[in-house]
Amino acid sequence: MNRRVLLLAPLGATLVAGAGFLAMLRREQDGTFDPRGVPSMLLGRHVPPFALPGDPGFSEADLAGQPILVNFFASWCVPCIEEAPVLMNLKRAGVALYGIAYKDKPPATAAFLAQRGNPYARIARDEPGRVAIDWGVTGVPETYLIDPHGVVRWRYVGPMTERTVSAELQPMLRKYV
Amino acid sequence: MRHIYLALVAIMLSAAPAWAISDPSEALPDTAQEARAVRIGGQLRCLVCQNESIEDSGADLARDLRRIVRQRVVAGDSDTRIVGWLVERYGNFVRLRPPFEASTLLLWGSPVLALLVGAGAVWMSRARAPVVSPPLTEAERTRLRALLDT
Repeated sequence: MNRRVLLLAPLGATLVAGAGFLAMLRREQDGTFDPRGVPSMLLGRHVPPFALPGDPGFSEADLAGQPILVNFFASWCVPCIEEAPVLMNLKRAGVALYGIAYKDKPPATAAFLAQRGNPYARIARDEPGRVAIDWGVTGVPETYLIDPHGVVRWRYVGPMTERTVSAELQPMLRKYV
Repeated sequence: MRHIYLALVAIMLSAAPAWAISDPSEALPDTAQEARAVRIGGQLRCLVCQNESIEDSGADLARDLRRIVRQRVVAGDSDTRIVGWLVERYGNFVRLRPPFEASTLLLWGSPVLALLVGAGAVWMSRARAPVVSPPLTEAERTRLRALLDT
């Protein structure tokens, strides 16, 4: 084998690895890559059957007819405060937003919504957190886009930002209206 | 002063040991069933802390999952069914030991791959002709002898 090639091989390998690492860092920064992200098993599948109480609460049968954004939230969740204005903007834009209060006491949920604004068309309570496990929820906030046929099309872990909405959610919404 | 010291030592000695599961009431009364639940839970990743098993984690979600595992152990489900139930919801990511399949081929194959690369390197260096050094000149020979004699 050529000696020059052998000498250049480690340099080349380092360059390729460096470029890959840089790409990873950039994608991590703009939110398209999350090394800690847990892939959702629900994508492309129907919402698991559930019925949760609330005012009036909702079940999987209610998630049909239009694209609906289901948002798991809690009054004790700090990132949810950060997400609240984004959700209010979605409501103003006419997006059907359903909320599921995860492991939260009803008075605490009510106080949270009174203070931060209520973006939800319907709110259900999952105090034991059992339905959240069926959905594969790992924490709050977590948001799912359900298409008009009740199939999960998109999932976002953590607080959505205006960037998430414009870059990821809106193209999906346009697709399923 | 001495009393305060003794009181402090007493407090330290009376402190409860830190168990992995903080709440002993979670444990099943049947020790065989509990051992099974611990073994199953030990293979399952806590989705919150990610590098701990649900048996080791203090997260709320891990506690809920521990409870579900125990309910299913009591109900008599097999290990594969219990793990399968969680994989259905959280994917193979929930298993601390990933299964052998197409997407994990490189992961499981890497020791074999490393061995092959190493063997290849050894073979290549062996195949190369050994370096033969030219014989010593007469001058070098005398110098060497002089060095060895001193």
